[in-house]
Amino acid sequence: MYAFPFIAIFLLMIRLRKSLKFTDYFYKWNLKLNLIGWGALGLMIILGSSGINDEVAGIIGAFSLAGVLYYLHKEPIFKPYGVLLRAHYPLVVVAPIVELVYLISESFYDKYDDFFQCAYAVAFGYIYVKIATSKKQLDEIARINLRKNELEAMVAERTAEITSQRNALEETVKELKATQAQLIQQEKLASLGELTAGIAHEIQNPLNFVNNFSEVSMELIDEMEAEIAKGDMEEANAIAADIKQNLEKIRHHGKRADGIVKGMLQHSRASSNIKEPTNLNTIADEYFRLAYHGLRAKDKSFNAELVSNFDEHLPLVNMVSQDVGRVLLNMFTNAFYAVHQKQKSVGGDFKPKVEVSTKVLPGNNVEIIVRDNGTGIPDAIKDKIMQPFFTTKPAGEGTGLGLSLSYDIIVKAHKGTININSKEGEGSEFIITLPVA
Amino acid sequence: MKILVVDDEEDVQPLFLQRFRKEIRNNEIELDFAHSGEEALEYLKEKHSEVVLILSDINMPGMSGIELLGHIREDFPMPPPPVVMMVTAYGDEENYKQAMEKGANDFLTKPLDFNLLKEKLKTISE
Repeated sequence: MYAFPFIAIFLLMIRLRKSLKFTDYFYKWNLKLNLIGWGALGLMIILGSSGINDEVAGIIGAFSLAGVLYYLHKEPIFKPYGVLLRAHYPLVVVAPIVELVYLISESFYDKYDDFFQCAYAVAFGYIYVKIATSKKQLDEIARINLRKNELEAMVAERTAEITSQRNALEETVKELKATQAQLIQQEKLASLGELTAGIAHEIQNPLNFVNNFSEVSMELIDEMEAEIAKGDMEEANAIAADIKQNLEKIRHHGKRADGIVKGMLQHSRASSNIKEPTNLNTIADEYFRLAYHGLRAKDKSFNAELVSNFDEHLPLVNMVSQDVGRVLLNMFTNAFYAVHQKQKSVGGDFKPKVEVSTKVLPGNNVEIIVRDNGTGIPDAIKDKIMQPFFTTKPAGEGTGLGLSLSYDIIVKAHKGTININSKEGEGSEFIITLPVA
Repeated sequence: MKILVVDDEEDVQPLFLQRFRKEIRNNEIELDFAHSGEEALEYLKEKHSEVVLILSDINMPGMSGIELLGHIREDFPMPPPPVVMMVTAYGDEENYKQAMEKGANDFLTKPLDFNLLKEKLKTISE
C-alpha cells in the first residue's frame, strides 16, 4: 500500500511531461519532471528493500507527494493543471492517516482494515477518476474552442464585409459631397450668368458718367482759362467749383463701378465662410438693381416698379456677405420672375411691383422682406419649394437649388429664419430674419 | 427753348447743366429734370405748352420711357406736340422699333454724344 503515493508521483510526472511535450516549456521541464518521477520510483524501491516498515515508507511517500504538489503549485506554468494536482489531495491526506492509525493501534486497524484499505484505494482511484472526467471536460472545452474559432472566423468575415461596405459608402458620401460642391458652384455660375447683363448695365452707367464728367471738365477748364484771360474772376471761380464737383462725381462713379466688379468677383468666388459686419442695405440695394437689369436685359418688354424701404438705423450685420448676397439675388430674381410671368399671362393693366424692405427687430435681429405682386405660390407646392432640385421653371432654366441653398445659408449657417407668405395669383412675401451678431 | 430731361440717374442733371452751360447762359435753352416717368407726366400737366423737347431714358424703374412716350402722345396731342427723343443704354432693334411705333422723333444711345445732340437741337430750334 505504501507504494501508492510514489506511483501517483510517477504517473503524475508522466502525464505532465506528455502534456508539455509540444510546448515551449518542455525543454526546460522534461528533465526535472523525469528526475522527480524516476526519483519517486527509486525512493520507493530503496525504502522497500531497506527494512523500514511499510507504514513509515507510506508516510514518507505521502509527504513526498505533498512536497511535489506544493512545488508544482508555485510554478505558474502548471496553473492550468490545478484540477489534476488537486485530485491528489485525498491521497495526501488519507495515506498518512491510514498509516498512522496502523502504527498507533494495529488492533484497531485490523478491526476496520477493510474500511482503511478501501479508503486508501478510493483516494488513489479518485485521482484517475478525476483525471478521466477532467479529460472529458477538456475535450468538451476543446470542442467549444473549435466552435468558437469557427464563429470568430465567421464574425471576422462579416466584419470585413461590413467594413468594405462602410468604406464603399464613405467613398460614395465623399463623391456626393464633391458633387454637391460642384452643383453649388454651378448654381453660382448660373446666377452669375443671370447677372452679367445686369452687371454690364450697372457698370456702363457709371462709366458713362466718368467719361462725360471728365470730358465736360476739360471743356470747363478751357472756358475757365478764357474767363481768367477776360478778367472775370467770379465766373472763373464758379467754373472751378463746378470742376471740383465733377471730379467728385468721377470719383463717386468710379467707385460705384469698382464696387460692382468686386461684388461680381465675390459672387463667383468660393465662399470664404468668414462672417464680417456688413451693411445689409447696401448689399440688398446692389443685388436688387442687378437682378432687375439682368432680367430686363433678357427680356426688353419687362418692366417693374422697384420700391425699396431701407431702415437707415439698421446696424451692421455679422454675415458672409457673398452668401447672403446670393440669397437676396435669388429672392429678387424669383420675385421678378413671378411678376414677369404674371405680366405675360394677365398683360394690360397689371403693374408689376417688387418691394424690398429692411427693419430692426427686437432681440438683436434684423428683418428683410422681399415682396412681389406676381403669380404667387400654389398651396400644392408650398412645402416643396425649399427642396433641392425643385423648380417650376422650364427645364434648363432653373437648377432648383436656389431656395434650398438659401435655406442652408440663412438657417444653417447664419442661424436665421426664412418665412414665406404667398397667395396664388396675388403675390409672395419672403421674410428673412438674421441675428445681428 | 425748354427741354425736359427724364432719367432716374440723378447725376444726369449736373452733367446736362454743365454740358449746356454756354447755351443756358446765353438763354438759348432752359433745362428741367424729372427722375421718373410719373414725375415727368406730373410736370407736363402744368408745363406741356412750354416744353419743346423731351429727352427720356427708356430703362427706368416704374414707368418706362416707352410708356411715358405713349402717355405723352395720348395726353398732349395739341399742336405743336413736343419733340421726344428716346435715350437708352440698350440700343437694340426691339427698343428702337417700339420707340418709333409709339411716335418717338429720335433714338439716341448712351453714352450720349453731346456734340451730336447739340447739332440736333440746332435743327429743332431753327
